[in-house]
Amino acid sequence: MTPVAEQATSATASALEQYAALLGPAEIEDLRSLAKPLEGASVQMVNSTAVGGGVAEMLTRILPLMRELGLEARWEVMEGGADFFEVTKAFHNALHGSSTKITPRDFEIFLDYNRRNRENIRLDGRFVVIHDPQPAALIDARTENDSRKWIWRCHIDLSRPDPAVWNFLAPYVSRYDGSIFSSPEFSRQLPIPQYLFSPSIDPLADKNRELAPEFIENVVAGFGIDPERPILTQISRFDRLKDPIGVVRAYRNVKRYVDCQLVLAGGGAADDPEGSVVLEETREAAGDDPDIHLLELPAAAPLEVNALQRASTIVIQKSLREGFGLTVSEALWKKKPVVASAVGGIPLQVIHKQTGMLAHSVEGTAYQIRYLLSHPDIARRLGEQGHEHVRENFLITGNVRRYLTLFLHLARAEGA
Amino acid sequence: MNTASQPFQFFTASYLTQVENQKATNMGELLDGLEKASDKAIFYHTFQSLGRYHFLTEGFSNDFAQWVLSGLNRPALAERLASVDVRDYVSIPELRADLRRIVSEYAETYPGEVQQQAFEPFYFSQAVEVTVPLALDARTLGGFRASLERLGHSSFYHHFIASRLRLQLRTNDFSHWFSTALGMDALAERTNRIDIYTNTLDTAKRELIDLLDAEIRQ
Repeated sequence: MTPVAEQATSATASALEQYAALLGPAEIEDLRSLAKPLEGASVQMVNSTAVGGGVAEMLTRILPLMRELGLEARWEVMEGGADFFEVTKAFHNALHGSSTKITPRDFEIFLDYNRRNRENIRLDGRFVVIHDPQPAALIDARTENDSRKWIWRCHIDLSRPDPAVWNFLAPYVSRYDGSIFSSPEFSRQLPIPQYLFSPSIDPLADKNRELAPEFIENVVAGFGIDPERPILTQISRFDRLKDPIGVVRAYRNVKRYVDCQLVLAGGGAADDPEGSVVLEETREAAGDDPDIHLLELPAAAPLEVNALQRASTIVIQKSLREGFGLTVSEALWKKKPVVASAVGGIPLQVIHKQTGMLAHSVEGTAYQIRYLLSHPDIARRLGEQGHEHVRENFLITGNVRRYLTLFLHLARAEGA
Repeated sequence: MNTASQPFQFFTASYLTQVENQKATNMGELLDGLEKASDKAIFYHTFQSLGRYHFLTEGFSNDFAQWVLSGLNRPALAERLASVDVRDYVSIPELRADLRRIVSEYAETYPGEVQQQAFEPFYFSQAVEVTVPLALDARTLGGFRASLERLGHSSFYHHFIASRLRLQLRTNDFSHWFSTALGMDALAERTNRIDIYTNTLDTAKRELIDLLDAEIRQ
């Protein structure tokens, strides 16, 4: 096990004050009040990677906030060889519903690495939060009359898991004090409580913070986009499940009535063979239309993504299948009207006709876009309400709040 | 200015959503869920949705109505469910019975729609509430006003909306204290009339502060 919290998080020591300036002092005072009974309590987060991926990014941001609130929050990364990560990658795919061959030897490798990590780490936090399936069997460290509270945080979609893998994991998961899922759709029937923690965005991160208008204008001009005409944007990897060709078809429908432009921006095509194929297919669908901008962004281009979202008239997320789809919250935070598919975690973010428009087809997507383009007041209201919805439910401070609430709930349940 | 025998202690409340092992994928299953879901789930999808979505002041009433509109695409039933005003109820069984009656009547009128598949399922959930006292209390109206101004959304929601069911009265923590500790029944009544459907938590708080200012000026 490698402790990673210190080097990853020291740069944001006074973060709470920055959030107070953005969200108002009352909300941050509330956090401090909730944290007070937990002062000095040790919290141990365990996952399988220190860098890359949403979980590591989220831990990097919430641990300093927990520390600033008086908790002793630590982060450990489990160690594993290439064989372990091959197995957990196969588990990951199987749990997402892909047909994957898992052998008895794979289960042995999984348990062996969990055992080794159990021996190498002091799992002595009052609250031990295990992230995702890779370290799930660390629960074997649980003792009789254990004073620690064990929580399993599942970040992946378990709505259609491969039964062999899930049946192997479920007995481990069932021994935790509670589980956390990102959406009710992803949860399973379990004998332990299942809590919902929405993923969150950081309003201070480059992808979401306010930008100078000149910067936005420069980005838009740099991509050859006309700022004077409506801009429809989908930010997503070039992946069939994000349905970029469906977006092009919806745009063509809208274009018959409104002189607009389409921006499809995302990364993943360079290092993903399937991404390159999908990008090529999308290019073919776009033809020689100069108002369709297919932008291949590098993996780390948060400011460009931010600028494109802010410059957009309408943001689209026409996924066929989706995890949580946090790009929707990113757009709503920027007060953008959103038209999105009712899949995965999107309906939690887009409350139909309240914080955006849900659609179920290419035609429906096109209709909702046309409606919003011709009703700018309604589009503005949706954007503003969407912003409030994100403020209340999908910001990183809310994530910290939910953890504090869970810790307090578990502590009180045992009469501590 | 009246001084209360018992101070008003402000709390903050925080909520966790807990998924129940029950979902609805059509109107029939909604009806079934309305019968079998826990009282906490009915509370969550009605009273607590008001707090979660307080910033929606038009066309949103409760989770059931919203799902019937967006998931089942049945605006007439959604409208009837949205007309349920939680202020009229002092118990969850009464509220549950009315919600069931509305869905039942619709299902009897349009039996062909009962099994029609929803666009997305409705997941019955409940909230776990954790409360913590704030370093804020008040014995006078002036002190109360000063504390109220510093209150966050969760705390205001806890005292002004969620308290209705806890008290099993058609009132809220604030009105209850004005009336019982300060003897100010008229202020209690005016406070209780602040509309929680057409206000956000911020505007409701502002309205209450205005009421307090008017009372203090007298």
